[in-house]
Amino acid sequence: MSEVAIASRIPLDDYAALLGQGEIDELRILAQPLRGRSIEMINSTAVGGGVAEILNRLLPLAEELELNMRWDVMTGGDDFYGVTKSFHNALHGAPYHAEPKDFEIFLACNDRNRSRLPLDAEFMVIHDPQPAALIEGRKEHANHWAWRCHIDLSHPNRQVWDFLNKFVARYDAAMFSSPEFSRSLDIPQYLFYPAIDPLSEKNRELESGFVSRTLAQYQIDPQRPILTQISRFDRLKDPVGVIRAYRIVKRYFDCQLVLAGGSASDDPEGAVVLKEVQSEANGEADIHIIELPAWAPLEVNALQRASTIVIQKSLREGFGLTVSEALWKKKPVVASAVGGIPVQIIHKHTGLLAHSVEGTAYQIRFLLSHPEIAAKLGENGHQHVKENFLITQKLKRYMTLFLAMARK
Amino acid sequence: MKTAETPFEFFTVSYLTRIGNQSAGTLSELLTGLNQCSDASIFHHTFQTLNSHHFLTEGFSNDFAQWAHADANREDLAEQLAALDVRDYLSIAALRSDLCRVVSEYCTANPTLAEQTALERFYFCEGLEVTLPFGLTARTLEEFRNGIAHLSHASFYFHFLSSRLRLQLQTNDFSHWLADGLGLGTLADSVNHIDIYTNTLDSARAKVLRLIDREGRKG
Repeated sequence: MSEVAIASRIPLDDYAALLGQGEIDELRILAQPLRGRSIEMINSTAVGGGVAEILNRLLPLAEELELNMRWDVMTGGDDFYGVTKSFHNALHGAPYHAEPKDFEIFLACNDRNRSRLPLDAEFMVIHDPQPAALIEGRKEHANHWAWRCHIDLSHPNRQVWDFLNKFVARYDAAMFSSPEFSRSLDIPQYLFYPAIDPLSEKNRELESGFVSRTLAQYQIDPQRPILTQISRFDRLKDPVGVIRAYRIVKRYFDCQLVLAGGSASDDPEGAVVLKEVQSEANGEADIHIIELPAWAPLEVNALQRASTIVIQKSLREGFGLTVSEALWKKKPVVASAVGGIPVQIIHKHTGLLAHSVEGTAYQIRFLLSHPEIAAKLGENGHQHVKENFLITQKLKRYMTLFLAMARK
Repeated sequence: MKTAETPFEFFTVSYLTRIGNQSAGTLSELLTGLNQCSDASIFHHTFQTLNSHHFLTEGFSNDFAQWAHADANREDLAEQLAALDVRDYLSIAALRSDLCRVVSEYCTANPTLAEQTALERFYFCEGLEVTLPFGLTARTLEEFRNGIAHLSHASFYFHFLSSRLRLQLQTNDFSHWLADGLGLGTLADSVNHIDIYTNTLDSARAKVLRLIDREGRKG
């Protein structure tokens, strides 16, 4: 078990230019009654994955507000992470039959971590299933415990959920990214959205020269419409479906398609999907399939900013924060109505939802034909993200939760 | 310059959305939910949604209307639900009664449509509210103006919109204090007539400030 040290800090006042001074003052007001009171976040990894990315941005902001927040990462062996990976997929609904040994490995690892941690912060926030059994170390009425679930529990494997539920039921509250992801529980369940940081490399303003150079690097024509989907090469992101939608659009508009995602070199399934995508593209010059390095925030930022329309045609999705990233950049988005996407895309207000290849193509054609509507959706989308999906809002939600739990 | 005996105290509010255990996949299920859900849920999907979606000034009124439009694909019902103006209600019970009446009449007139499955389910949620003093008070019109200019969106919403239920009057905190505290009844009325459905919180605030400035120039 180790405490994670945060390297970079962004002064809170830097956000005032984007959000307004009143919003920043409000964060300080909410923080005031929480100063000097301890908060501990626990998850299972310090690097990689959305949770670590969010905590890396959240903690410096909490520090700016003089909150006593620390972040600990649980440790476990390959056997533990093997089991929790299977649990993760099973909770998403994949077929799985757990053996008694799997549960023993899970419990033993949580037990070891429990003995290493004080678990005595006034507010404990446990992220995801891996450390969920740490609640066993709770001293009665000593502090407040909340479980933040980042995964979709709408159709979980019964055996794994029944096992996990015994621990979840002991928390004071649970938080989910969408009402659809929640379970029927006796403890209060709250809506907690994932968030983007508007000042991170992935989302901050870029010089136009950098955007131009990125397009030139990948031989993308800045003069013609650019349709973009940013996602890893995964069948659930339906990159082949995106190409098919693009081909329908291409009959009417001289446009280009960009499919950009993290490198598939360390992901055997990703490499297979990439081949399928290349085969479907069949060398067409206006389809740009870009394998980005695992961490390429500036390139992603530039490709999103250069896009005419951003697509997220997932078949299943967690929350799909790439949608918020595009909306923040005022881009019109056409996306599937799955997972957390409908929370971000309010149909016909902050973007357009689709349910098929043909539907996706139709919505793209509509937006290319009506740039003024596309611009309005992008503007509304930006405001929607500003109100709901920024890291500052996330911190506000946490502080509200702590204040609400403390007053009970 | 007039000075009020009782100062205006600015507050701010922060909401957590609590997910309920109730959802609807058809119009008839929506009606059941509307009848059974908590007052806090009705408040969340009508008043509070205007705060979180204030930037939508065209065709967005409340969550029930938006669901009828986007997920149940019933434009005619959506229009009727959207036409309910929260400013006309002094109690959640009265608002709930009208929501139920509109959906019930629609289901009775269209029994087949009432049972059709929507694209996405409607999840009944409710807001958990934490209010704190914003740290600003005003006794004069000038101090009041400066306070309003400095507020967060949530704080402006709290005083301008959600206050109607708190006051149980067809007015808002700002207008109430302008009339009672400073005796500026005409200004109070003008502020109360700003349309929150066709303004964002920012543009509504700008209008309040312009009205105050105009009043200030008179004095």
